[in-house]
Amino acid sequence: MKKNKWGLIILGLVIFIIVITFPFWYGKGKTSPAPTLSLDTPAIAQLKEKRCVEDTSFMRESHMKFLGTWRDGAVREGKRLHTARDGRVFEVSLSGTCLKCHSNKEQFCDRCHNYLGAKPSCFSCHNIPGEVKK
Amino acid sequence: MTTNRREFLKIAGVSTLSLIAPAIVCPAWAKDKIIPVSNSPEALSPSKALTAKRWAMAIDASKCPADCVDCIAACHATHNVPGFGNPKDEVKWIWQEKFAAAFPNESHAYLRESLQKQQLPVLCNHCANPPCVRVCPTKATFQRHDGIVMMDYHRCIGCRLCMAACPYGARSMNYRDPRPFIARINPDYPTRTKGVVEKCNFCQERLAKGLGPACVVACKEKALVFGDMENPQSEIRLLLEKRFNLLRRASLGTKPQIYYIL
Repeated sequence: MKKNKWGLIILGLVIFIIVITFPFWYGKGKTSPAPTLSLDTPAIAQLKEKRCVEDTSFMRESHMKFLGTWRDGAVREGKRLHTARDGRVFEVSLSGTCLKCHSNKEQFCDRCHNYLGAKPSCFSCHNIPGEVKK
Repeated sequence: MTTNRREFLKIAGVSTLSLIAPAIVCPAWAKDKIIPVSNSPEALSPSKALTAKRWAMAIDASKCPADCVDCIAACHATHNVPGFGNPKDEVKWIWQEKFAAAFPNESHAYLRESLQKQQLPVLCNHCANPPCVRVCPTKATFQRHDGIVMMDYHRCIGCRLCMAACPYGARSMNYRDPRPFIARINPDYPTRTKGVVEKCNFCQERLAKGLGPACVVACKEKALVFGDMENPQSEIRLLLEKRFNLLRRASLGTKPQIYYIL
């Protein structure tokens, strides 16, 4: 009777370990190609220096926090202009400034977000220029 | 093992040190990499922005022609206000009420008939003592320094305490995704999403661009006057000095800032 109980416990533990490690061994050896982001938009093509509001590595790493400070500053403190580190001044606007250059949201924002399973809710309210006719 | 006083104090001291150490040492990799935004006022908002110490509005309802909805149409078109086609779910920024509904304390059966029948334009009162701000658990509704009671839709959790608190019914919930119900989306202003409350924002986005509120600009009769209450020479102050005016349900102590000339 006592032996039988230990068997069940070990069986349960084995099943638990298999389930909890599933994501590690299921995807092992498989590679999914990293997303390629397109910068091929008319607005970016016209830029002399291909530079975002701040430098690329910062934007790639921290754009979500950066957009968070833009959001809070504009809505709660009325800060509607952003002076970049190199002195250029930008209007604080997701649809107006970010998407003016990155007018290819599907080839730029969405590709990486889909790859990482990130689901930002920005565009459930903010408009995507071109999707709504003026 | 028994702990003596000396041992206990040692352990307590080490625990306290380990708790405060990260805040004092603050390694570079733990620092936020957000760029500090400069704080000079010229660098923050466009120079043409309209500013005031205390925004307010006066409504001369006697100038309103019957069946005129120009102010409402302009506001709804500017702010992507949805029309759900159902009075229960109606989203209200600026709308019409009869005198008895807008001024229940001042209304009685022997009032001038034209006044009893009149539809008054009503909107958020941008109270100086706003109950909606007090009850909001997430500070999604807040009062700006210029008096505008504004909503940060990013923070709204849809609890509707503000709707219960507002004595003017100036707040509306989006029970469904509003986008399919917007007649024509204005691309320059965001829509709202399901589960957030919305209300009039005194056109703060237009003020920042140097434009007057959409309803005021749209009114052909100049029945709506917008201005700074703290400036004794402003158009609104001069008008209110000349004409007798009322506040909606002033006895509640919310200090509303929409003045009605009747």
